[in-house]
Amino acid sequence: MTGMNENPGALVPELLLLAAAVFGLLLGAWLPRHRQYLVRVLAAVAALGGLLATAAAAARPDEVVFGTSYAIDGITHATRAIVLVALLIALALSADATAGHRRETEFVVLLQLGALGTIALGGANDLLLLFSAFLLASVPFYALAGWDAQPLSTEAAMKYYLSGAFLGVAMVTGIAILYGVGRSTAYGPLREGLTAAPPAVVAVGLVALLAGLLFKAGAVPVHFWVPDVTDGTPAPVAAIVTTIPKIGALVGMYRLLLVAVPPGSVNWTLLVAVLAAASMTLGNLAAFFQTSVQRLLAYSTVSQVGYLLMAVAVAGRADLAQPSLFLYLAAYAVTNLGAFAVVAALPELRDLDDYRGLARRHPGLAAALVVCLFGLIGTPPTAVFVGKLTVFAAAVDGGLGWLAVLAVVNTVASVFYYLRWIAPAFRRVDTDEPEKSPRARTWTARTAYAAAAVSLLLGIAAGAVLPLLAGPPAVGS
Amino acid sequence: MLSLIVFLPAALAAVLVLVPGSASRRLFVGTWIGVSALDVALVVAVWLGLAPGGGFSFEERVPWIPTVGISYHVGVDGLSLPLVALTAVLFLACAVFALRETRRIKAYVTLFLGLQTVCLGLFVALDLILFFLFFDLSIVAMYFLIAGWGHGDKARAAALKFFLYTFLGSLALLLGFILLYLAAEPKTFDIVELIAADPLAGGGTYASLALLAIFVGLAVKTPTVPFHTWLPPAHTEAPATGSAILAGVLLKMGTYGFVRIAMPILPDTWRQYALVAVIVGVVSVVYGALVALAQTDLKRMVAYTSVNHMGYVLLGVGAAGILAGSDEQARQLATTGAVTQMVSHGLITGALFLLTGVLRDRGGTYDMGAYSGLAARTPRFAGAFAVAAFASLGLPGFSGFIAEFQIFTGSLPSAPIPTAISVTGILITAGLFLVALQKLFLGPLKVPDAPGSPRAFADLHASETVSIVPLLALATVVGILPRFLLDVIEPASRVLVELVAR
Repeated sequence: MTGMNENPGALVPELLLLAAAVFGLLLGAWLPRHRQYLVRVLAAVAALGGLLATAAAAARPDEVVFGTSYAIDGITHATRAIVLVALLIALALSADATAGHRRETEFVVLLQLGALGTIALGGANDLLLLFSAFLLASVPFYALAGWDAQPLSTEAAMKYYLSGAFLGVAMVTGIAILYGVGRSTAYGPLREGLTAAPPAVVAVGLVALLAGLLFKAGAVPVHFWVPDVTDGTPAPVAAIVTTIPKIGALVGMYRLLLVAVPPGSVNWTLLVAVLAAASMTLGNLAAFFQTSVQRLLAYSTVSQVGYLLMAVAVAGRADLAQPSLFLYLAAYAVTNLGAFAVVAALPELRDLDDYRGLARRHPGLAAALVVCLFGLIGTPPTAVFVGKLTVFAAAVDGGLGWLAVLAVVNTVASVFYYLRWIAPAFRRVDTDEPEKSPRARTWTARTAYAAAAVSLLLGIAAGAVLPLLAGPPAVGS
Repeated sequence: MLSLIVFLPAALAAVLVLVPGSASRRLFVGTWIGVSALDVALVVAVWLGLAPGGGFSFEERVPWIPTVGISYHVGVDGLSLPLVALTAVLFLACAVFALRETRRIKAYVTLFLGLQTVCLGLFVALDLILFFLFFDLSIVAMYFLIAGWGHGDKARAAALKFFLYTFLGSLALLLGFILLYLAAEPKTFDIVELIAADPLAGGGTYASLALLAIFVGLAVKTPTVPFHTWLPPAHTEAPATGSAILAGVLLKMGTYGFVRIAMPILPDTWRQYALVAVIVGVVSVVYGALVALAQTDLKRMVAYTSVNHMGYVLLGVGAAGILAGSDEQARQLATTGAVTQMVSHGLITGALFLLTGVLRDRGGTYDMGAYSGLAARTPRFAGAFAVAAFASLGLPGFSGFIAEFQIFTGSLPSAPIPTAISVTGILITAGLFLVALQKLFLGPLKVPDAPGSPRAFADLHASETVSIVPLLALATVVGILPRFLLDVIEPASRVLVELVAR
């Protein structure tokens, strides 16, 4: 080991988030209720600062800091950028629903801490740090799920917490096993240690470890919390817990499999591929006949994780695996938040039928909804299309042609339930019906427009973005 | 130039979105007609400026996603330009026809303008992903058109079926494209580069899978038996203009894909499986004709004749891949015939669907049994319909004859038996159109009581005449003086035949 780098300057985006969260909490305690929006502004400023710092850091050479525990490389930069943008969208998305609320400050601070944990999941280069990041990305979101203290939210938070605690224990067990046979928790030495270790033990440890990350990602078979939390909490909370932790979980899984697990020892490609297949298929099947929009979106996010796992499955086996993973993550984050923003802008509409006639009453929101849902299907030229295209290409290139075929079949199947939502929005309403025409929440609606626009632009500008996402991982030694 | 042609309608749509919906109907349709006419004029200019020989003209290329070899690459040659022209003309006809449309005119016109951009873009695209983009968006736009302006609840079901079916096809196509992309070195989605590289020369399982995926994708869109089941409900439930575009333009996207992508990029594999295309074509010809014969619903009948007509195209492109027993001239004839058939079918069936739309507008139903003796009451309608029907069944003097004659002559040396079988398709279509003419126009006068409005059964209005008659006139011109069209197609089909034979 050639000299430890413990320069906190390498962690400016993370530190900004942390500082803004702590300072925001103190600030919130002193501010009157109607001035708490300042905490949100502070959080947004910190996120913007973090983005600038990320851009500056991306220009510097890759490094591994704080021993070998944290990698500052292309993967971390991309994670930071995606999470911070998602955080900004989430802040805007939740502005109307939380403004003037007794616990507005707490909402913002929990969101920031969760985002911080998510970034750390992506940058962690050591099993112990990975687990700390897992906790930091979990605990604030448990609290966030129960934030509005309604019976359904409390139940959702309870379920979220219990499954998280259980799978967290599984994750620790996995880490202990891998440490036991690999003799290190740092990814670089661990890889060497695992090469000689008995594959069966490595497999057990890896599966237990992945269980925790899959829980964060909301993938089958540990997805049971997703529909309950998504349907039971207010739309802004649902948007956040189905989007932000997924980013970190998938990147963490990608880095772990790419850097820490030697390719010859366990056939993790097949394992992840099967999980991907199960996620996309079961998520889709469950979404088919949902009538609640939030529950439908919940299952849609489960199936989306399936497509994302395809890129993880071919980590290191296809050139496109990494750029496609990040592009899809960015596209998914923006598009999913956009779809939830439409839901959050019209909180009175709970069921698909309530959306009847949306195009006439709120043409802008209907347009945003169409862009986001067709985006989630993967219709060109939206960003998710380019994500899907590259993910499919990576999967076929990595020898998982069958998975790509299954993903295509699933994509077609998903059209069915997305159209079940779009179709009523464009149906004419019977005029003598009592007009159920709530006003749309201003900020949330603007967020929906912006997210839809970004989702389109990211697809068109994908050519400029893709090359930025290809940097190899920094391993350190 | 091509980008201007393609994006002019979309630009107008973007402007019209900002105009309040309460503005005059004439404003929306009028500007649409103006832009479509301008587009036709620009296409004529491109036609005159097309370089002789078989290469691409008016090429434009801008990198889009260079990391994965995707670019915005457009250009036209003798295979695509006739279809671009067909698209421009058909949309102009629909714009004129839409003067009588009253329902939600702003959304209707903007949707059609978007669809116009998508259709034009597909035929000039020289990049697989660009092709796919337009292919997919055409499905989305047509879905909204059928669901929004079709005939009630059944329209929504038909639209959903159409979307799911053709979307599955488009994604199969995407898989095939990805296989092509991964096979090429350097990896690219560019059609011209892929044709030059011929990455899968020599065939093999990989190439067969790629062709299978692309074939299925295009066959669903074409549609051929057994992938045609989405077509009849979609056509029956769609508004008249939607049907005209669906049959006239969207179906051509499938057959055009064969000549633009499947044949030149996978020549060895195409030759290997050419007989499959021939057989699928023949089955479509005979099956489509027979099922059309059994219909009592006029629009369904016309829809099934589309399956029949697209079958001839498949027969032609399949025969172009069978080297044994045929010389280059025969294969070239078959290819030229296939492209001519695409144009001819677009003109004639477009007109037929607009005419069935007129019938429904007056009588409220497509059921042929509800009408009789219309010739005396509506001579112009009867005349136009008779001309369209005779053109569609392949009477000499119309474009359909030129196309089908070339296909048969070109296919006969290499595939004599399938060709002989498909000639029976002409007999059956002749029969069914004559029966339809007889039911509708001869005998004692009978018109259904239109629900709600006991109005007179009016003849073609001026706007309808202006939109339908030029299509039939063009079909006649192509039938009598085909050189202007064949001079454009032939060099390109010569190049294509050479590419397939390499």
